[in-house]
Amino acid sequence: MTVLSVKGLTKSFGGPKVVDNVSFALEAGEMLALIGPNGAGKSTCFNIINGQLSRSAGEIRILGVDTSGLDPSRIWRLGVGRTFQITETFLSMTVIENVQMALFSHHRLLTVWRKPARHFHAREAEALLDLVGMAEFAGRPCRQLAYGDLKRLELAIALANEPKLLLMDEPAAGMAPRERGELMSLAARIAKTRAIGILFTEHDMDVVFEHADRIMVLNRGVLIFEGLPEAVRRSAEVQAVYLGAGTLYAESHA
Amino acid sequence: MNFYLVQFLAGLASAASLFLVSSGLSIIFGVTRIVNFAHGAFYMLGAYVAYSLTERLSGALGFWGGIVVAALVVALVGALLEMLLLRRIYRAPELFQLLATFGLTLAAEDLSLLIWGPEDLLGRRAPGFRGAVDVMGLPFPSYDLFLIGIGPLVLLLLFLLFRRTRWGVLVRAATQDREMVAALGVNQKWLFTSVFTLGVFLAALGGALQLPREAVTHQMDLRIITEVFVVVVIGGLGNVVGAFLAAILVSELNAFGILIFPKISLILVFLVMALVLVIRPMGLLGKAEGPTRAHASAAAPWRPLDGSVRLLVMAAVILAALLPFAAGDYALSVASELLIFMLYAASLHFLISTGGLVSFGHAAYFGLGSYGAAIAVKSFGAPMLAALIAGPLLGCLGALLFGWFCVRLSGVYFAMLTLAFAQIAWSVAFQWNAVTGGDNGLLGLWPAAFVATPARFYWLTLALVVPAIAVLRLIVFSPFGYAFRAVRDSQLRSAAIGLDRQPIQWASFVVAGTFAALAGALYTFSKGSVFPDNLGIPLSVDGLVMVLLGGIETVSGGIVGALVFKALSIWLTSQTDYSKLALGALIVALVVAFPKGIVGAIEGLGGRKVRP
Repeated sequence: MTVLSVKGLTKSFGGPKVVDNVSFALEAGEMLALIGPNGAGKSTCFNIINGQLSRSAGEIRILGVDTSGLDPSRIWRLGVGRTFQITETFLSMTVIENVQMALFSHHRLLTVWRKPARHFHAREAEALLDLVGMAEFAGRPCRQLAYGDLKRLELAIALANEPKLLLMDEPAAGMAPRERGELMSLAARIAKTRAIGILFTEHDMDVVFEHADRIMVLNRGVLIFEGLPEAVRRSAEVQAVYLGAGTLYAESHA
Repeated sequence: MNFYLVQFLAGLASAASLFLVSSGLSIIFGVTRIVNFAHGAFYMLGAYVAYSLTERLSGALGFWGGIVVAALVVALVGALLEMLLLRRIYRAPELFQLLATFGLTLAAEDLSLLIWGPEDLLGRRAPGFRGAVDVMGLPFPSYDLFLIGIGPLVLLLLFLLFRRTRWGVLVRAATQDREMVAALGVNQKWLFTSVFTLGVFLAALGGALQLPREAVTHQMDLRIITEVFVVVVIGGLGNVVGAFLAAILVSELNAFGILIFPKISLILVFLVMALVLVIRPMGLLGKAEGPTRAHASAAAPWRPLDGSVRLLVMAAVILAALLPFAAGDYALSVASELLIFMLYAASLHFLISTGGLVSFGHAAYFGLGSYGAAIAVKSFGAPMLAALIAGPLLGCLGALLFGWFCVRLSGVYFAMLTLAFAQIAWSVAFQWNAVTGGDNGLLGLWPAAFVATPARFYWLTLALVVPAIAVLRLIVFSPFGYAFRAVRDSQLRSAAIGLDRQPIQWASFVVAGTFAALAGALYTFSKGSVFPDNLGIPLSVDGLVMVLLGGIETVSGGIVGALVFKALSIWLTSQTDYSKLALGALIVALVVAFPKGIVGAIEGLGGRKVRP
């Protein structure tokens, strides 16, 4: 099943095109990495898909639904989970309350005002925390967590609405090398067992080549390569973008 | 036709001072990110000092020199205050900054009372601009023509200052990115002090220039600051040209509003402001700000009361219910008032602590409740119980209307807009004589016969206030309350889990407004009267001080804060004529030295005991 399809996505902030005619599709249970040098347009691409930015042109379908004009909260309701490059959590709450909050929203309990929140979905929240290995921290104030644990908490929050698509913006950024591997293995395992499609960006190539089923390479807004990790490794074009091939001047003089 | 032209010119003349004060506020905000509430006080001081100087100095040079020296003197006072006080609170939350500068305003009012006495002072006419000139057959004060020229002149000078001097470049750079300017090795402290001094100079000059036009009074400060807030909300905070255009717009709306709605001239300004906010929430020339990142709170996560504290609270309620057997009539009426203000503070505390929405106009809903109840009795002959429903209903409607606009903004913009709405509600109550009784208020609103004794009225109050506060607490810990807190904690995360900020905040705003209105309706019958003061800025600020005193990061600190504050202020008023001075000093001291509040401090102690 195709969970995300992008066709001809284009974005300019008034000047040159930051994202230029990008098309791709993501299947359920697949981990797709979006890589590229700084300024390639990865984050822009990402923020258009999650609804934070508007697009200049192109079509995005999530589970078959056209997302044009939908804001982040509507897109979330389609079944999209999301983690941030710099974690965003509710720092005044405990760990389990963070997950419960997402569950309240998912189960449409936001207008309930007469009953204490702790009565709702505590067990479901515990199960999610257990899934990401955070069960022992459930009662901790969120602001006391180490950064790696915050990242895992974000993953639990992102899974609360039983998403079919998970958007992870640099999931391993700011973590220690061992933690990175663990987090990505966890994400990969969850993606397979729950048939969730994961789109992620990443700078750490070890993480990318170990966990991605497929890799897309973006450079200056253009998708220059797409394929299996081995093929990406061998591609001369990708090597030129990442390592430099001395073609920069030749191009600009042409 | 000629009449309209004269009216238009009069509007332009009024715009001059408004622009001077607004641009000063805008420049200070641009660099320091502080909305200086005391700007109205500096405006007032400018007028007072100019009065004293021009009365002593003779001749044209004496007058004009007096005006300029007055602005310089007040600017110097401003510089000293910046160094002594503001430097300590640049990193504090915006509520603290607004409150501290409001504390200065209160102190300034009483100080000017001490120095210049209670009478309105009429200044000298400006030499060279005493008469009137003929404008298409109608006389027009020549001083007003001079003022019309002043606005553009100051705009031009500011433009040159910011474009042609090194200092101006630094100010513009700091307005865009403070950290970067600091990283480049610029001495931030002096940049901030100099910017603040310039802003205060402009405000004081605006006040001094009003001297030949109007009497100098103690009410000048709050009147101008409301208009200034409207101007910067319309023009865009931090933008001097926006302030210029909006000052003209607001002044013209005032000038012509009087012709269209002679009684309620502010309505026109309100309508235009509402329109601007719907189309451009960041103001005509303001820039939209990106989503703010999650902020950490230092307090422990909130918990419902545990067993022992719950017993303690129940014991306190039972004791309170037994009070009429021990206390006399006066004590009981004071106790009723304390209860009413506990509910008022609790409703504001809910907005601020749970939702991070700092309302500077919460008295509007208290007052709407008061007037709703009073009007139900006076105009419709309703019995007391019906009036106790009508009051909260009116407050609820007011919060629905005003809240819809307010939640479109956030941070200081939200604070300024709530204040502006409260002032509009106040001026309606003040001017709509036929219904509200205007300045004289509505009198003779006594409780129904079955609660006519102070003891019975006290029981009625207790029976309404305690459940109301309990409901507020219930909401805080409900899924809805969590959602309200979530949109405060992190905009990005809450959007990413399907929470819509505006409807959640709007609903909470209405809840808070309705409970405040219930307090207001009870207040009507406890006092037997209503006055425009019930929706005034001082009452709004009293509420903020109660919340701050109780502790912002607590669940129900406002209740304790209300108790302490109200008791303290009843005692203060009986002890001194200068209670505003004392209150102002208290606010400043609280913000600087005791930011956690009473309950916050107690919780801090408790926390240490648990984890030695």
